[in-house]
Amino acid sequence: MPQPTERRLEWYRQMVRIRVFEDRVQELFLNGRIEGTTHLCQGQEAVSVGAIAAMEPGDVQTNTYRGHGEALALGMSFETAMAELMGKATGGSKGLGGSMHLIDTAKGNIGANAIVGAGMPIAVGAAMAFKLRSEPHVALTFMGDGSTNIGTFHESMNMAATWGAPVVFIVANNLYGEYSPVRMTTPIDDLARRAEPYDMPGVIADGQDVEAVYEAAAEAVARARAGEGPSLLEMKTYRYRGHSRSDPAKYRPEGELEEWQQRDPLLVLGRRLLEAGDMTEAGQADLVAEAEADVAAAIEAAEAAPYLTLEEAASHVYAD
Amino acid sequence: MSMPTDTTAAAEPVMMSYREAVNAAIDDSLAEDPAVVFLGEDIANEGGVFKTNAGLPEKHPGRVINTPICENGFTGVALGMAVVGMRPIVEFMFADFMPTAGDAIVNELPKYRFMSGGMLSVPVAMRVISGAGGRFGTQHSASGESWFMGQPGLRVAASGTPAAAYELIRAAVRANDPVIVHEHKLLYLNQAPVRRGAVAEMGRASIEREGTDVTIVATMLMVHRAMQAANLLEDEGISAEVIDLRWIRPLDLATVTESVEKTGRLVVAEEQWHDAGWGASLISRLTMAGTSMTTAPRSVSLPDDMLIPYAPPLEDEMLPSVDRIADEVRASLMS
Repeated sequence: MPQPTERRLEWYRQMVRIRVFEDRVQELFLNGRIEGTTHLCQGQEAVSVGAIAAMEPGDVQTNTYRGHGEALALGMSFETAMAELMGKATGGSKGLGGSMHLIDTAKGNIGANAIVGAGMPIAVGAAMAFKLRSEPHVALTFMGDGSTNIGTFHESMNMAATWGAPVVFIVANNLYGEYSPVRMTTPIDDLARRAEPYDMPGVIADGQDVEAVYEAAAEAVARARAGEGPSLLEMKTYRYRGHSRSDPAKYRPEGELEEWQQRDPLLVLGRRLLEAGDMTEAGQADLVAEAEADVAAAIEAAEAAPYLTLEEAASHVYAD
Repeated sequence: MSMPTDTTAAAEPVMMSYREAVNAAIDDSLAEDPAVVFLGEDIANEGGVFKTNAGLPEKHPGRVINTPICENGFTGVALGMAVVGMRPIVEFMFADFMPTAGDAIVNELPKYRFMSGGMLSVPVAMRVISGAGGRFGTQHSASGESWFMGQPGLRVAASGTPAAAYELIRAAVRANDPVIVHEHKLLYLNQAPVRRGAVAEMGRASIEREGTDVTIVATMLMVHRAMQAANLLEDEGISAEVIDLRWIRPLDLATVTESVEKTGRLVVAEEQWHDAGWGASLISRLTMAGTSMTTAPRSVSLPDDMLIPYAPPLEDEMLPSVDRIADEVRASLMS
């Protein structure tokens, strides 16, 4: 079902902002203005934006170290995100988390985890809390294809299905788990098939098409909210960059990246908006320019911001 | 005498078994706060494997939840519940199963608050059934009490008496941070007075017996044995002070230091290997602080390169006994 124009424009805008942010983050890491490592999501923006769009206030999600897309789609500002990446006190986690931990509970972002698979049981737990309290909320959990091979995947799918937890498992299958193609580590191509042993729906969606992602996610979220239990969604997508900062992704066959870029999530929705006359090319360029200006301002603000002292940081280890 | 307990809301002490104390603590925690839930393997079936949970599913319907056998998964579930406002209690049927939840215990629970910059808190209480002597063999007999003591973000406790079993669980459930509380499976039948409603003070050891010649610091089963050793030694004219450490992280250095300054001698009694255990840390901390001792501190612990065997006489021989504790005390007085 086609979405209202305003909504599609907003999704386009969000995807542009994530793309621009990630491109700048990549530069900042490569030229050493941000230290350490980062895991970028260019190419996967539709998965983040489409699935997050299916959430309602009170719903929560967990994501991964490749989580900038989800954090931004949930409404984290560039300033907050960039400061966190730079380790500054003005970051979402006061600089203690860094690139892999963009978290904001007020926006439903209850965790960005740097351990593969660890976000899944956390989402099941949040979902079970909602169920026990008879609250109409749903938990989403984002993961990569590699996560479907770790124990928590089985443990979480099993618990969620056994208990009927209102949770949606979202696999961004970007074809590579770190440096390994899926088929080098996994005996099947379609990871949605892994839903069947848990007696839950396993749905494949086009992860390059934000509208397709939204539809699949909205259906699964509605199902969970109606008390019909969990679902596994597999989003077929692609990450344009390597696994992390130091990975040039030389293991990919020649031409594969370019082929996927033909179906870039911005192009897929962008063409539809142009064809429908809902947006002009100039309008698209304006969005990019606006995002670039915003990210430049965020970088400037973050670079000027202070770090916590070690003493201040230590006060966040324990609550008591 | 240190006061390891907040007794403002406590009833008069009544005789209770360690098992009944555990049950009462979970019961009272569930009754006190609707956010408390209790998760674990078979915990709602027939009172749980060690019968600590009898009656709880009936008294608190829907809040005593059996999980599949998946420690890492269900500990992560507890974390997820906690970050949206619940206060889960998790049971580990055997301490030996904790390493299967290594990620949840090491990477998730203690770091979750920190990596959110203090935005979240993780009130998860973990009850762990620990210890040897039950003829359970080498994979069901670990004490495990020091495995996670080096991990900032966690609190670790161990119960040596029925009162400790009650008060430490109450404290763990009320804490806003993840707390591991070890119970010893050989202590479940022990009877002693328990003040229902009392809550252990975080990080406070308990002086179980006052003495002037030597300080014995112990946890769990070793507290019980140290008390018996102290009785034996009393007949020989040796006055031993026995401290139930109660908290392994944080260690109550103040209480132990004060005692050792009085007695001049320290013996640690631990059902674990000495290396990388709380006994080693305690001795290290006291030594670095320049605590004055008349003789070198001593440790009675498990043999360094031996695992806990099934064979019952070997298992018994391996665990620090009342006699071995008494021997170490005598040695500390002679050297």
